[in-house]
Amino acid sequence: MQDFFSQFFSPELALTLSYLFKIILIVVPVMISVAYLTYFERRVIGFMQSRIGPNRVGYFGLLQPIADALKLMFKEIVLPSKSNNFLFFLAPLLSIAPALAAWAVIPFNYEMVLADINAGLLYVLAMTSIAVYGVIIAGWASNSKYAFLGSLRSAAQIVSYEIAMGFTLVGVLMCANSLNLGDIVIAQEGGISQWYCWPLFPLFVIYFISAVAETNRAPFDVAEGESEIVAGFHVEYSGMAFALFFLAEYANMILVSILAVIMFLGGWLSPVSFIPDGIFWLIIKVAFVLFCFLWLRATFPRYRYDQIMRLGWKVFIPLTLVWIIFVGAMMQTSYAGYFH
Amino acid sequence: MIFTDYLFYLFSGILVLASLRVITANNPVYSALSLVLAFFSAAGIWLLLHAEFLAIALVLVYVGAVMVLFLFVVMMLDINIEALRQRFWSYFPVALLIALLFIFEIYLVVTDKFFSSSDPAGIPLEKSNTHSIGSVLYTDYLLPFQVAAVILLVAIISAIVLTMYGKKSHKAIDPKDQIKVNRNDRVRVVKMKSEKKK
Repeated sequence: MQDFFSQFFSPELALTLSYLFKIILIVVPVMISVAYLTYFERRVIGFMQSRIGPNRVGYFGLLQPIADALKLMFKEIVLPSKSNNFLFFLAPLLSIAPALAAWAVIPFNYEMVLADINAGLLYVLAMTSIAVYGVIIAGWASNSKYAFLGSLRSAAQIVSYEIAMGFTLVGVLMCANSLNLGDIVIAQEGGISQWYCWPLFPLFVIYFISAVAETNRAPFDVAEGESEIVAGFHVEYSGMAFALFFLAEYANMILVSILAVIMFLGGWLSPVSFIPDGIFWLIIKVAFVLFCFLWLRATFPRYRYDQIMRLGWKVFIPLTLVWIIFVGAMMQTSYAGYFH
Repeated sequence: MIFTDYLFYLFSGILVLASLRVITANNPVYSALSLVLAFFSAAGIWLLLHAEFLAIALVLVYVGAVMVLFLFVVMMLDINIEALRQRFWSYFPVALLIALLFIFEIYLVVTDKFFSSSDPAGIPLEKSNTHSIGSVLYTDYLLPFQVAAVILLVAIISAIVLTMYGKKSHKAIDPKDQIKVNRNDRVRVVKMKSEKKK
């Protein structure tokens, strides 16, 4: 890529242009998958609930996301009176920017990664922890009690589940001996039996549930809670500003799914030796994890708030700590082979 | 000047401005948000020094957790700025003393009298940053590290104990009681004969 651009430009400009091109190559597919994830969600939940779902715009309703996007773009952005203008518009940006920035370190293949940094796992954790500012600032800047209550609930939930999520990642890095996401995948080479979802099964389950809670999805969607506080922190947002929150939520969903696949399900690696590895495995696995997200939403009723907090602090955090100690102890015994 | 020099001046410029906003902003929420920006710029400067672990840990711990809780408190409080301003000069001597002490400490570090440090950016690391910090922390500095851990543990326990005292006025529900409940505790079926008109 860099060689191609350096035929026409100076080396520095060529480097910048090649990175810009790679960023576009990542962001555009992410945005398209976000758009079609909303379509997929409505269709899947429709079938699970014996409905049809959107099927009017285009073939099988395939143009529905585009129609939705156009509608949101031309809608008026209503500014609540006495709201804080600067922070009101900063909040949606603060929620979408980290959701996209975290994609920089995601490896899609042996070579396909934008920034192959050593502390990749830490970087992803830091980026997902920043996303909470969009929620808090949106709630405060709207100057509305419902928005503020919604933002407090959701921020407390995100911060709590982040701890459990961080601990599950500690288990993974103990097994892989690296914070680099590419190295973590390569450490799981050798078929489905080598994936970390087996030795770290409790951590895998906790990671998945925490990921659902972290992205504010059902059954942990108390931030939205239609029956209680309308739409939570973004109740005052409309048009494109609302669309940015929506995009951020779905981009985060795809991000946590791809992280689950990279850390526990062997990333781009093939489960059986006679089919080659490749990016299509990554896509299939991510699609399956996303399907589980939608499945959960169609199946379970919403958690009560105090029970969400209890599950995060009193069940998940002790369980992860115990399993980390267990893994550490097992690594000193003759069974260490199972944990690498 | 190379590109990273420009980046250094950019980050330090933002850092200084944001730190000034922390103490001059009228609204405490703005102060807290400026502090977040200051942490970010500091993390950027650390990244320029190849201290990637410290930089990301700063963002992860301070920006991602500590400042969120800070913002929670600040947003919920109804702080009267004017009343706080009036006592500014009575606190000034103490603040001046602390500031002077701080400047003196920074002077000690910078002039390299007691802290023998060579240029950290100049040393190429064999292993990754995280790996080298971990191996030093658990071998050479094991005792100070464990002392710090014990101090943190004491702080955690004392924070929990502080919330346990006092009368129990909260209405938290015990899940054990909830599970034990059966139908007879909650529902009483009363059978009555229908009244007839006389």
